[in-house]
Amino acid sequence: MIRNPRAILAIYLFEMNRTRRTLMQSIVAPVISTSLYFVVFGAAIGSRIDEIGGVSYGAFIVPGLIMLMLLTQSVSNAAFGIYFPRFTGTIYEILSAPASYLEVMLGYVGAAATKSIILGLIILGTAWFFVPLEIAHPLLMLLFLVLTAFTFSLLGFILGIWSEGFEQLQFVPLLVVTPLTFLGGTFYSLDVLPPVWQTVSLFNPVVYLVSGFRWSFYEVADVHVAISFAVILAFLAICIALVAWIFRSGYRLKP
Amino acid sequence: MKQSTPPAIEVKDLSKTYEGGFQALSEVNLNIEHGEIFALLGPNGAGKTTLISILCGLVTRSSGEIRIGGHDIIRDYRSARQLVGLVPQELATDSFESVWDTVSFSRGLFGLKRNDAVVAGVLRDLSLYDKRDKQIRTLSGGMKRRVMIAKALAHEPRILFLDEPTAGVDVELRQDMWNLVRGLQHNGVTIILTTHYIEEAEQMAERVGVINHGRLLLVEETSQLMRKLGRKQLTIELGQSIKQVPDQLNGYRLSLINDGSALIYDYADEFKESGIADLLRRLNQAGIVINDLHTDQSSLEDIFLDLLKDRQ
Repeated sequence: MIRNPRAILAIYLFEMNRTRRTLMQSIVAPVISTSLYFVVFGAAIGSRIDEIGGVSYGAFIVPGLIMLMLLTQSVSNAAFGIYFPRFTGTIYEILSAPASYLEVMLGYVGAAATKSIILGLIILGTAWFFVPLEIAHPLLMLLFLVLTAFTFSLLGFILGIWSEGFEQLQFVPLLVVTPLTFLGGTFYSLDVLPPVWQTVSLFNPVVYLVSGFRWSFYEVADVHVAISFAVILAFLAICIALVAWIFRSGYRLKP
Repeated sequence: MKQSTPPAIEVKDLSKTYEGGFQALSEVNLNIEHGEIFALLGPNGAGKTTLISILCGLVTRSSGEIRIGGHDIIRDYRSARQLVGLVPQELATDSFESVWDTVSFSRGLFGLKRNDAVVAGVLRDLSLYDKRDKQIRTLSGGMKRRVMIAKALAHEPRILFLDEPTAGVDVELRQDMWNLVRGLQHNGVTIILTTHYIEEAEQMAERVGVINHGRLLLVEETSQLMRKLGRKQLTIELGQSIKQVPDQLNGYRLSLINDGSALIYDYADEFKESGIADLLRRLNQAGIVINDLHTDQSSLEDIFLDLLKDRQ
């Protein structure tokens, strides 16, 4: 139960303030790097590639690229947000405050998710300059965006508590999330893969996220949108259960 | 029937064993009353910081019960923590935040409405107001320590924990800090401090607790402890050296030092009549000329070291 909303707000604003201070690194850098994909694969190479499911290649990759940025940024932001006070020692104040673990988590995860959503929307706006876009189900698209940002921020929060160093902090976004996203149908439809690899790909959770998100744009999907929703909700439930266990046990937070 | 107010802090049978098997605290029992200044003394690794960390929710207990202001620190942690401000031993600050923002953040974290007057007041008390817009990383170590105290005071706590607050700070800050502590106590705030500067505990604390190897060896009023365990000595410098203490002075605890050129008389403060006047008269009768007199009193540090030696 939430009884100290001011603590949530304090942590949230503190984290958003950190984003404001590091605007270049937080917002501008991911927007520029994702825009480069649009320029290269959308405008330059994309014009020479056939349409996929009636969608131009440049437009086809937009949801996947937004998802790539959303996943990596959500994980990194939330992981850094909670790891940094552990690293500097300022976590003592959070742990000794009259705030529940749920409230602390909402502050950090809420800020990380907000930042990712803002980034996602900026990148979406940027994509408009390079490729023709249409969004068939804007509300569903927003729901996917928010749910994915929140779920992966939770994953980042867990990572930030688990990490014992900056190297581990980078491990999941760079060596797990990015490869899974590249192999999760960001740049291609699963139809183009041999049947065996199509089956293997279905074990990649990112496939469901990219597919569902893309469906909200073009009504083109590798798996049914309902299954995509079910997967992301299941992943959200797993992350919440893990966070609850971490806080109950004091894992890596309280000796 | 009038209900009595629960103590500021009640610790009952508290034990803590860390994962590796190290027992940091063993069966600690302690009550601290509202408005008192209590000093926890002990060598490094004695269990002082573990005790404070458990009270503040940073470390889990293995067994025992703890109440702060009558609130169980686990079942009713919100009410308990609301009363507490903590200044930890290590300097831990958000380098890139401004002084004002970090202190305001602490107030919000404790669920309190924004109140610029309170924050400004705390910063003024700690001579930080002029630096309120500075990033913390630009401040000196002493100033950072002040920021940590300001953060602990931002939510107007009724109980303040100071874990080695004067470690590595200059004389001026130490003086300011003790003035602040006195001012807080005047306003009814309970202060629990650990320190290596035993003379400060002696001057500041009404009661001291001595802890070693995780056991609370004793809890005593500072003045009582000094009276009970403190030594007092009168040194009598003689005009001429003597070979032995004259027989007529055998009833006194006297010993000769410096090749017979001085006498040491051990007496305790608890005896109202020290017998000094009588002793001097008898020395005069024995024909011993006195050149000079001076007295020494054992400090809390001496008592503390003696205690640790005795219990080892």
